[in-house]
Amino acid sequence: MSQSIKDHRGRPVVAITGIGVVTSLGQGLQDNWAALTAGRSGIHRISRFPITHLRTTIAGTIDFVKNERGTAPALTLATGELAAEEAIAMAGLGTPGDFPGPLFTAIPPVEMEWPRRRALYDSANPDIPDAYDRMIDVACRTNDDFEYRSTLYGYVAESLADRFGTKGAPISLTTACASGATAIQLGVEAIRRGDSDAALCVGTDCSVTAEAVIRFSLLSALSNANETPEAASKPFSKDRDGFVIAEGAAALVLENYDTARARGAEILGVVRGAAETADDFHRTRSKPDGSAIIKVIRDTIDDAGIEMEQIDYINAHGTSTPENDRMEAMSLDAVLGSHLKEIPISSNKSMIGHTLTAAGAIEAAFSVQTIRTGRIPPTINYKIPDPTIELDVVPNQARDANVSVILSNSFGFGGQNACLIITAEPA
Amino acid sequence: MEREVWITGIGLTSSLGEGLEAHWQAMGLADPPKPIIDTATMPPFAFHPMVPLDLDKQIPRRADQRQMEPWQRIGTYTAGLALDDAGLVGDAERLAQTHMVVAAGAGERDMAVDGEILQNVSKAPSPDEFLNERLGSDLRPTLFLAQLPNLLAGNISIVHKVTGSSRTLLGEEISGVSAVEIAWRRIRSGQGDIFIVGGASIAGRKDMVLQRAIGGTVWAGDPISVWARPDKGGGTILGSVAAFLVLESREHAEKRGKKPYARLSGVVSGQSRRRPGDARETAAQQFDTLGVTGAAPAAVLSGATGMADATREEQDLLAALIAEGRVTTVRGVANMLGSGIEATFPSLVALGALALSRGGFFGPVDETGFETKQAGVPGRIATTTWGIWRGEGLGLVEPAG
Repeated sequence: MSQSIKDHRGRPVVAITGIGVVTSLGQGLQDNWAALTAGRSGIHRISRFPITHLRTTIAGTIDFVKNERGTAPALTLATGELAAEEAIAMAGLGTPGDFPGPLFTAIPPVEMEWPRRRALYDSANPDIPDAYDRMIDVACRTNDDFEYRSTLYGYVAESLADRFGTKGAPISLTTACASGATAIQLGVEAIRRGDSDAALCVGTDCSVTAEAVIRFSLLSALSNANETPEAASKPFSKDRDGFVIAEGAAALVLENYDTARARGAEILGVVRGAAETADDFHRTRSKPDGSAIIKVIRDTIDDAGIEMEQIDYINAHGTSTPENDRMEAMSLDAVLGSHLKEIPISSNKSMIGHTLTAAGAIEAAFSVQTIRTGRIPPTINYKIPDPTIELDVVPNQARDANVSVILSNSFGFGGQNACLIITAEPA
Repeated sequence: MEREVWITGIGLTSSLGEGLEAHWQAMGLADPPKPIIDTATMPPFAFHPMVPLDLDKQIPRRADQRQMEPWQRIGTYTAGLALDDAGLVGDAERLAQTHMVVAAGAGERDMAVDGEILQNVSKAPSPDEFLNERLGSDLRPTLFLAQLPNLLAGNISIVHKVTGSSRTLLGEEISGVSAVEIAWRRIRSGQGDIFIVGGASIAGRKDMVLQRAIGGTVWAGDPISVWARPDKGGGTILGSVAAFLVLESREHAEKRGKKPYARLSGVVSGQSRRRPGDARETAAQQFDTLGVTGAAPAAVLSGATGMADATREEQDLLAALIAEGRVTTVRGVANMLGSGIEATFPSLVALGALALSRGGFFGPVDETGFETKQAGVPGRIATTTWGIWRGEGLGLVEPAG
């Protein structure tokens, strides 16, 4: 019998045994990793809908996954399924349609979309003056089960649970742009509690619609560097002007390290630490002193039971907004001090854009791959350094390095901060 | 480590009023209890409207109020009531350790903007371009944040300074169960000492009725008991409900000298595929798991929505449990509050804790006769919540100590 391994607090160790990724760079871990380490961008001109009158006309949409329904929830589900399928196959856990653990899924908010709204309105009784009364009148006679179910918040996770046979009520969650990390954190907690020996954690977000682009534009969050789409996302650069909205999904199979070893699974990495804080300062901005971000980084290091000097790479949140990159650099500096200059830090978002709800999960998957391959993906488009941000951002070219302890950051609107420490095995 | 989970703070607002006393008056003491239902505003759809709240009392800054849509306001307000009730207001140190799990819906539309656009979009030479132009100029920038699900939690952090952590669960009725369950599991196992957990849902919104009407899930016509609806096609009557609970470990509560309303002794959730009999089977196992037996029977606060198949199955199960002596009687709480979706389960746990703390139970509100008077004080109260589409959950509330 193999020996039981516990972490520094006597908790079960959480192994990662399967990962799956879909981004604008392609489908599957191998293709994504090849593109990412080649410094290729997945950002392009939007072709899904007309871009006239839009301030931002670029995105990292996923246009190669079949979406017959043409709606955001349908694509979010299809992309999430591809990621989960890859992760479960890699883990070799359970049997098809019978995954032995719970599902935690980060999803974007969903609602009825304009084509449906218009179809209802245009087919309704024109004598009803109020637009919503008019649509409701016809909706009552329509009984469109797919439209109903797919605009429920539970739809994506329930459908994933049906497909993969996860156990218990599936969890759908959002912590805005930290959601992917939160999904992993929920899985880590379930395994540490001993509730389950395995968990399927998914972040999936394919919600780039005209209205979504407009909403983020109205908050001045998006880059308007439309001329050269692949150069628009430039985290930590002086001329960064916002994030590039994008789509993607990642899935991670988490397992109790002991049971994973006992069944002979390959351990891809370990989620050694996780923490979160809520900021009470503002709906879209961090506390100016960075205290909430500083605390979440410290708590994560503490939860992992490591010394901060052991961190040898940081997978940045690095959105390319003026605010985020400044606050992230400042807070890292406050925690890591002079050691920070020795740690390479790069932003996957320079290439795949900001995949919003999925970002934390995708970046965790890429962190695992960084450890496995000993290759750090670059921060591309780093042409004009921001003199106020003194970081080794792995500019423009991937770098070979022995990496065994990674800090992965995720921060979101609504004061959401979540970090993970991902390490090589053995724990 | 298996620690006891105590309910030490409750915030509850609905059509019946604000706070526990108002709900005890309306549901526990009134004979018979009478729901507050608005049938005039949105015919043929009835709904339970939120009682007017003096928002300034819990959300003092008007600037904060303006940043929220109504569902966020009632949620933030009610979370404040719960924190107040738990004695946490102004306790910066504890609030910084308090974790938050919110079950959220959201998606409020600017219906005036939508209406204007719909009137003209199909006549435009390029409807998609017209849409881009109008949305870009007509949408309020703040609306996006006011309709984002995780911004209820965000506003609770900003207004009430809860900063331990913040998670928002989605998924309609079952998300309310999962939110309470996750907090319960974390406290029980030592992954946190004190939580605020709950949800808020506002009825009378046409955007929400539209989404639900397309699935044929809205009850049209005069309100009748949830137990009477399955034979007439079934359907839900929505209610404005916000419910937040402060849950903490017994040790944590005792250390700060806080008396509990009740103990939350268990929460379980499941997902059946909803073939005929599936949900009943899942829920029957849940009653076994939580140990509701003939020797220790429970009164049931049911979240039954009035949807035909699910309500009929739940009623059959509850009737069987009554016949076995495991359940004393049942209250379909939607008859009094309406269906509060994400807020349903937290509100049932809140009402269960209220009844136990007052040493009584709620009167029947049901013309079918399924609900009977509770003889004496229930020893324990079970709370059921089945989603309209998916998800089955059960909680158990018992006297503390």
